[in-house]
Amino acid sequence: MSKILNVDGLGKTYTSGSRALTVLDAISFTIEAGETFAIVGPSGSGKTTLLGLCAGLDQPDRGYVELCGTRLSGLTEDELALLRNREVGFIFQNFQLLPTLTALENVIVPIELQGAKNPTKVGMDLLAKVGLEERFHHYPSQLSGGEQQRVALARAFSSKPSILFADEPTGNLDEGTGEKVVELLFDLNKEAGTTLVIVTHDLELAQKTQKILQLKGGKIVAHKITAES
Amino acid sequence: MKMERAGFDWLLKMAWRDSRASGKRLLLFMASIVLGIAAVVSIQSFSINLKGNIALQSKALMGADYRIDSNQAPTPRVAEIIDSLGGADASAVSFPSMVVFPKSGNTKLAGIRGIQGNYPFYGELETKPVEAALNYQKQGGALVDATLMLQFGVKTGDSIKVGNVVLPISGTLVSAPGTNGVGASIAPPIWIPYEKIEETGLVQTGSRIGYDFYFVAEPDQELEELDRLVDPMLDVENADLDTHISTGQRLGRSYENFGKFLNLVAFIALLLGCVGIASSVHIYIKEKLSAVAVLKCIGATRKQTFLIYLIQIFGMGFFGGFLGVLTGLMLQQLFPLLLEGYLPFDVEIDIAPQAIGVGLILGVLMSVLFALSPLLGTWFVSPLQVLRAQGDSSKGSLISRVAVLSAILIFVYGFAFWLLKDGWYALFFVLGIMLVFMILGGIAVLFMRLIKRYFPKTWDFSARQSLLNLFRPNNQTTVLILAIGVGTFLISTLYFTKDILLAKTSIEGTSKAPNLVLMDVQTDEKEVAAKSIMASGLEVLDNIPIITMRMHQIKDRPVREIILDSTSTINRWILHHEFRVTYRDELIDSETSQKGSWPSQASTDNSAIAISLAENVANDAQVDIGDKLIFNVQGVLMETVVANIRTVDWARMQINFSILFPKGVLENAPQFHVLTTNVPDAAASANLQRKLVKEFPTVSVIDLRQILTVVEGILNKISWVINFMAFFSILTGIIVLIGSVRTSKYQRIKENVLLRTLGAKSKQLLKIAALEYLYLGLIGSGIGLVLAFCSSFLLAQFIFETAFIPSWQPFVIVLPMITLLVLSIGLFNSRTVLRSSPLAVLRNEAN
Repeated sequence: MSKILNVDGLGKTYTSGSRALTVLDAISFTIEAGETFAIVGPSGSGKTTLLGLCAGLDQPDRGYVELCGTRLSGLTEDELALLRNREVGFIFQNFQLLPTLTALENVIVPIELQGAKNPTKVGMDLLAKVGLEERFHHYPSQLSGGEQQRVALARAFSSKPSILFADEPTGNLDEGTGEKVVELLFDLNKEAGTTLVIVTHDLELAQKTQKILQLKGGKIVAHKITAES
Repeated sequence: MKMERAGFDWLLKMAWRDSRASGKRLLLFMASIVLGIAAVVSIQSFSINLKGNIALQSKALMGADYRIDSNQAPTPRVAEIIDSLGGADASAVSFPSMVVFPKSGNTKLAGIRGIQGNYPFYGELETKPVEAALNYQKQGGALVDATLMLQFGVKTGDSIKVGNVVLPISGTLVSAPGTNGVGASIAPPIWIPYEKIEETGLVQTGSRIGYDFYFVAEPDQELEELDRLVDPMLDVENADLDTHISTGQRLGRSYENFGKFLNLVAFIALLLGCVGIASSVHIYIKEKLSAVAVLKCIGATRKQTFLIYLIQIFGMGFFGGFLGVLTGLMLQQLFPLLLEGYLPFDVEIDIAPQAIGVGLILGVLMSVLFALSPLLGTWFVSPLQVLRAQGDSSKGSLISRVAVLSAILIFVYGFAFWLLKDGWYALFFVLGIMLVFMILGGIAVLFMRLIKRYFPKTWDFSARQSLLNLFRPNNQTTVLILAIGVGTFLISTLYFTKDILLAKTSIEGTSKAPNLVLMDVQTDEKEVAAKSIMASGLEVLDNIPIITMRMHQIKDRPVREIILDSTSTINRWILHHEFRVTYRDELIDSETSQKGSWPSQASTDNSAIAISLAENVANDAQVDIGDKLIFNVQGVLMETVVANIRTVDWARMQINFSILFPKGVLENAPQFHVLTTNVPDAAASANLQRKLVKEFPTVSVIDLRQILTVVEGILNKISWVINFMAFFSILTGIIVLIGSVRTSKYQRIKENVLLRTLGAKSKQLLKIAALEYLYLGLIGSGIGLVLAFCSSFLLAQFIFETAFIPSWQPFVIVLPMITLLVLSIGLFNSRTVLRSSPLAVLRNEAN
């Protein structure tokens, strides 16, 4: 297996007035292609900051991130966008669907961005897979939370990404719906062979991945392999 | 890292998808564009139509291809020139005179025209019955102005007395070339056959008579060439040649200023529309920033996200411009109705392609320019925003903001320049607008700071909350005060200016100021006429002698020589004008000495006669104190020297003179007189007029109160149009107001829910909203009114040079009305906020 994500000596410090706040410090780890990986930790431990840095949404103050063999530090904003479009999929706690686009349109945006000529078929198939064949033309505001997250799942897999980052994917869902979404996420991931990185404080969900990285106060406190692997 | 990327068609698709679901949010944006563009297009298109109509109707306006006119009987040379042109095809003699309707005994000043020949050759002589136009000459009858007939209850077949002759009325004169407009309101036209003029006995020495000779050109005749060759020859003879082309151009120019003013008012509505655009796009884009972050997160570049919304704004600008053009074209149909009577002809409204083009381009330009600043925000949004709320990263760099502001200023200046065709005027206009906006904006900011600083902590809960709302985050206080203030400023300035103009022309009913003027009283009639006035129990207030004369020599150059000198910069009217001069020993109220001194009595030695010139005459003749002028006083040359230059308030309703002689010089010259009196009411005026006209048929009686009514009518018509345009700016202000209420709606709902959860009653919430809009309405309209007051004061001081007595109307009507309007709109739009249930909102919040 090849390394898909290589994080080395990563650090991030925010300045608030005259006070410097280090939210991540000396973080190093690697993820192999096809692995499932969880980043866990209490609120304020730096999980989401780490996800942002790994996905190229933010720049580190120290260390570096190599994503799919490309070091992110030297890339411009637009080069990062291109890389994300080609290699990365996202799932967010609050779904982050485009409110003015229908479910189908939301799903096909990443492939349209790649210049795909006929993306509708791909979008419809994916929505059917997540059980939303009746909701193609519904706007996000017309869908329930669970349905919205299923659209987000379909969108995340639509561009066939190499790696998928999920930030608290069940955080805004009730228990039953959350379980169904997680089941779908892992099924789709298995089918696509995508590397999955989940940020969560839900240890039960983390246990479903092969590796867990535990953060506290911006530092790695544990790095373990779960029974799932 | 090369790969195929989404092309322009995807950007178009995304722009369409996004706007499709944002319809409601974009309504206000569209309304701002539509109103602004409609105002500009309606005025522009109407102006173009007006110009086009003048050019097209120039022949109909003149009734001939060209005309030779003179204020004196044609000299042998003029007669020779007329003969050399093949002889006039028609001619007319015109003069004002009193007419009597024998049936009722009523009298009225009218514009008499004695017509010879088949005039008009172009345009229509519209009469009732139609055949009257053809028969009146044969019948020896008169065609009488329609309004006059109606006013005095006269019918076809009745008779009319003009001077010494009684004529049957052949028909009603509905319209004829050159008979509409302001002049016709004061002295309504009456057409009679030329042969009857002599019999009237009204053509006498000193009478103000115009002679017109009308020509139909040969098909291949070059009129401009004819004008160039013949006009200088006629100039020397105090006559003039006008072609229908030059008359049309002159008429066009006289309406140009009015058109320009309306254009500027429309431009202000457009600017307010721009404020509306900037405000609604700001909120619109702010709502889109999270979507922009998502798009960036899933791989869209900065350029792509920026272009999606730029295309959207461009499209909406174009569509809004299109709707604005349609609305404007419909609106312009109203202008001829609003201006009826002010224009000397009927305007046929057509679609002006230029105005349509301007509307569409403006729609796009104003949308893009005023949306650019918030649009640039999309460029700077970080994709990280999808994970956590960022600080306001959407403001962009200082350079980009300065660039946008510069582009906006260039646009505003460019548009003003295009409207005014004068770089300096455009600059002053832009600076003036900026000043008004800056003052209004500055006061709004100052007001918010003052409230913050001296916050009335002891006020009750609702009053305090309403004040807090004025400087809450994302408040629209400045924008609203700007919009309401500019609208009020325009309307109030209009009221004040109208007052200034009317005050200058008004006559105090109770004072002993003259309000009835007897013109053309011959010397031998003077005493009898005065006795006749006194016999009616009235007082003769003025008895002014008038002597007509022309300039013969200015300094050491004969006028004839100056006329032929094309390099001379002396104003031409001075050289041809027949001056009506008086003599007296003192200056009157409307005159102020500027230079030199006024010798009330002529010196007894043989030196040149010291005279006084009105400042405008001295300037136009390019003479100063000590310069010599020789006048031709009905054949006698009289040497004078400029001893005094004075300003004359021409706008005052009294008999003013540009040249004043001292006593002791002109007493024996051929002269006529003007007598004035003060009549207490219309009935007394009518009685006296009847009596005087019977006794002195050549005397013209002018009732100044009637003229005032005409002037007031015209001002009212103009102010209607200006009010109409100012209404646009108010309407745009309302759109901005609705927009601001809508954009802060969700924030207000949350706050209201919290307040209600904490125990606030609906009545209290209503009071908070009502007070907030009351403050906004009062401050906006109050500042607008104060600014209008100041600008009107300056106008009165420096432009109209008169005392400023402000009208009470803006204070009592405009201020409360606009405040009430703001209050009503604010409360109407807040009703959903006030009705929202706390539980529903809290549930939505949880989702």
